[in-house]
Amino acid sequence: MTAKKRVKIIMAKPGLDGHDRGAKLLARVFAEAGMEVVYTGLRQTPEMIVDAALQEDADVVGLSSLSGVHNYFFPRVVQLLKEKGLDDVLVVGGGIIPEEDVAELKKAGVAAIFGPGTRTDDIIKFIEDNVSRS
Amino acid sequence: MDDLVAAVLQGSVKAMARLITLVENEDARALQIMGAIYPHTGNAYVLGITGSPGTGKSTLTDKITSILREREQTVGVIAVDPSSPFTGGALLGDRIRMQRSSGDAEVFIRSMATRGTLGGLARTTNDVVKIMDAFGKNWVIVETVGVGQDEVEIAKTADTTIVVLAPGLGDTIQSMKAGVMEIADLYVVNKADRSGADELVNEVTFRVEQDAHIRKAVWKPPVVKTIALENQGTNSLMEAIEEHRSFLRQSGKLRKNRREKTRQETLALLREEISRNVLERVLGNGRFDALIDDIVAHKKDPYTSVQEIVRTIFPEE
Amino acid sequence: MFDKEQLKSIKAKKEEWDCGPVEKVCAKFPERRSVFTTISGEEVDRLYTPADVADLDYENKLGFPGEYPFTRGVQPTMYRGRLWTMRQYAGFGTARETNARYRYLLKQGQTGLSVAFDLPTQSGYDSDHPLSMGEVGKVGVAIDSIDDMRVLFDQIPLDKVTTSMTINAPATVLLAMYLALAEAQDVPYDKVGGTVQNDILKEIICRGQYIYPPLPSMRLTVDLIKYCYEYVPRWNTISISGYHIREAGSTAAQEMAFTIANGISYVQACMDAGMEIDSFGPRLSFFYNAFTNVLEEVAKFRAGRRYWAKIMKERFGAKNPRSMMMRYHVQTGGVTLTAQQPLNNVVRVALQTLATAYGGAQSLHTNSFDEALCLPTEEAVTVALRTQQIVAEESGAADSIDPLAGSYYVEAMTDRIEEEIDEYIKKIDAMGGTLKAIEEGYIQREIQDSAYRFQKEIEANERIYVGINKYTMEEPPLKNLLKVDPKQQEIETEKLKKFRAARDQEVWKSALDRLDEVSRTDENVMPAVIEAVKAKATVGEVCDVWRNIWGEYRPKEFV
Repeated sequence: MTAKKRVKIIMAKPGLDGHDRGAKLLARVFAEAGMEVVYTGLRQTPEMIVDAALQEDADVVGLSSLSGVHNYFFPRVVQLLKEKGLDDVLVVGGGIIPEEDVAELKKAGVAAIFGPGTRTDDIIKFIEDNVSRS
Repeated sequence: MDDLVAAVLQGSVKAMARLITLVENEDARALQIMGAIYPHTGNAYVLGITGSPGTGKSTLTDKITSILREREQTVGVIAVDPSSPFTGGALLGDRIRMQRSSGDAEVFIRSMATRGTLGGLARTTNDVVKIMDAFGKNWVIVETVGVGQDEVEIAKTADTTIVVLAPGLGDTIQSMKAGVMEIADLYVVNKADRSGADELVNEVTFRVEQDAHIRKAVWKPPVVKTIALENQGTNSLMEAIEEHRSFLRQSGKLRKNRREKTRQETLALLREEISRNVLERVLGNGRFDALIDDIVAHKKDPYTSVQEIVRTIFPEE
Repeated sequence: MFDKEQLKSIKAKKEEWDCGPVEKVCAKFPERRSVFTTISGEEVDRLYTPADVADLDYENKLGFPGEYPFTRGVQPTMYRGRLWTMRQYAGFGTARETNARYRYLLKQGQTGLSVAFDLPTQSGYDSDHPLSMGEVGKVGVAIDSIDDMRVLFDQIPLDKVTTSMTINAPATVLLAMYLALAEAQDVPYDKVGGTVQNDILKEIICRGQYIYPPLPSMRLTVDLIKYCYEYVPRWNTISISGYHIREAGSTAAQEMAFTIANGISYVQACMDAGMEIDSFGPRLSFFYNAFTNVLEEVAKFRAGRRYWAKIMKERFGAKNPRSMMMRYHVQTGGVTLTAQQPLNNVVRVALQTLATAYGGAQSLHTNSFDEALCLPTEEAVTVALRTQQIVAEESGAADSIDPLAGSYYVEAMTDRIEEEIDEYIKKIDAMGGTLKAIEEGYIQREIQDSAYRFQKEIEANERIYVGINKYTMEEPPLKNLLKVDPKQQEIETEKLKKFRAARDQEVWKSALDRLDEVSRTDENVMPAVIEAVKAKATVGEVCDVWRNIWGEYRPKEFV
């Protein structure tokens, strides 16, 4: 049996926000969907997150923020990924993110924002449809 | 692909990460990659860390990494976690406990899922060790799954194997599989501030003495007490590791062990190659199904048939 | 409560009813679901009768308000005497902006202040620390120094208001600043009233704003409690919080059980530090969540009150009835709010307020309907406050004490939740206490499993959430959301630079050295912390002294 390629995702909480209910729940759900999930825990700087993505050769980086810092952190992660040549990593985000910020974040390179109440299978489907399999 | 290997040898972290993925996925190019990597291996010292869940393997790994970094050694870490047998997915959580080391460009941490392999490692862990070795890491630390199963595979990869125990986990030597005694080059009793730590140390020491006596071993595994979280005993642990390392070097065992490992590895590769080759030919021509029909109908027997097949593929002289 | 013959007859008739009319109707029109459960997953029966509360011993289990075991409330007259304190948690941006919001709220009839600090302050970092990037002034007000504190309470006399501060790991530092400010206003310490959350265990379990390892963290907790007992007698020294445990996904019973387990740890730690149970017992307070299932919440509060009273009396030997009272603040459930059709949240909050009133809380924060989207706007905050006022003044819920007592359903549910609490406490005791249970990840896992179960129920449509999996609709995004000026950090950094340059360096240095010295002994740190903040040490600088001594905590994560 040869191992088939599996989606590898980094789940990270950038900044000082400690609300990790969503991040942990999704980590579990993603693993159940067959992904390999690297959970990095709280208090991650963009540098730490990108370092993890680089070393783990992640396909996806999932960011969760409920403290209103998404406008700072999410684009910063995308930018650092680019600087490291990791342009093909899919970046998705979730948490408490006002609709009016979403367009800006997408323009910055965040592929999707999942707000409260999103079905987890919708998130999984989005990732599976959009991850680049090189 | 050659570019990727060249980039790894030139120190590209990104290339190393991608190469590991290719090997991990058992990509068609994996053998060729490893062939190109191999000449550049053999320099890293490989440390294996195994033990039951909750003994503190990741924290110890983190502390050992810190000490090595103070000594200006570069470090690669492979942390293995189990894949779910049902979904194939995995939660890789060891990285969290190694964050002191993350952000340090000279430390490369890679999480691996077992992807169905038993024995505490992923099937390709050994190859990933080689990639980190070729990249130029001075040390490669491999942390096994630690689900309490028979995790003896690590000894086939590591130069020094550390078995971690902790009091209060029902972790007694008696309950450990016999194999563990054979692979341990040194024991760590971690969380030594918990009650029962001294009893555990005594018990392990006694078993080590007994075992050394029976086997007339030249190396008697030391038992080191640590409280990894508070950084206590970690320097003694490092000393014990160094001691084992010089023992291996001075006694010539390092070369001997590595030769044996190479032999085992090469044999395994050969087996795989032969079976892949044979199966390809046998299954490729469609005659195999016909043969099965004959066997089911009892016109032929499987024993003689197999012999015949192999003889056609490898005719005697 | 009922005589045996009567009960027998009731049981018999209930069975007849179940097998007769009920079965007949169900055969034709099946019930909506095969099993009904509360939002916590507690099974709910079709009908409750006296048989469900057959062993309800009124005098021992319920008693009278203001009397042991306090099931029916902690004060004799409850809301007939004085309504609960309406306390809206607020804070954002600079101290100046927050001060304006406070003065607005006081003018609107609010009776107590509640300070939300930004995350850098909560984790003991100054606004110019690299980890503060992006966080300054975001979820609360940024307080770095005594100067910020002075601006925050500008024109607010500290002897006229009570202030609740949501601060945990650096609670000693923020309380020290508040006390120093009172001193500057000429208000003696014994006229200062309020609360600090000071509950580090739940930070480690689920909220994430910890700094130091558990043991030194507990020492700071105990030092603060001890100091206030001696010098700030009106201060509530700890607010043992279930709120965040519930937000993290626990059930109602787990919320109560784990909070009580933490409470037991704090009491034990204080007693181990040589304090008399009745010296600090009366100043312990609690903080809970309220979800939308009104009856379950009411039962939870009643069960918790009864169980805590028993623990304090029987386990710890408290003599003073005030030590046995579980007094608590409530905040309506943040996670119950939906980003979809946000105005529906007003209704959810109203039901949660009703549950809180029926449950007998001492104070309440009602969430604003836009909080699933952003920090609350002034309009939304006003509606939230009005919701409390409507329930208090119009609904009648505040006019008779514990009005749901005696409901077969509520009493049966109260008993059941109390049993669940008891099972958890026994299990945690057997593991060697809360710290051990946390270290093993037991409590975290129990909470996460509940959160997971809930999410699965929603996605399988086994549980209905209006606007999420039923009655959904397309809607335009909400406008006019509150925004915090992203320049905040630059402003604070600049201010901090000037502040640091202007202080007397020698006084500052020696105050921090003194703190370092005291912290390495068993001496209470509070006086040295007060001196340090008066000498213009910042929150980050004080916390760094302890970081150097105790190191930082990195929890094991349990996914």
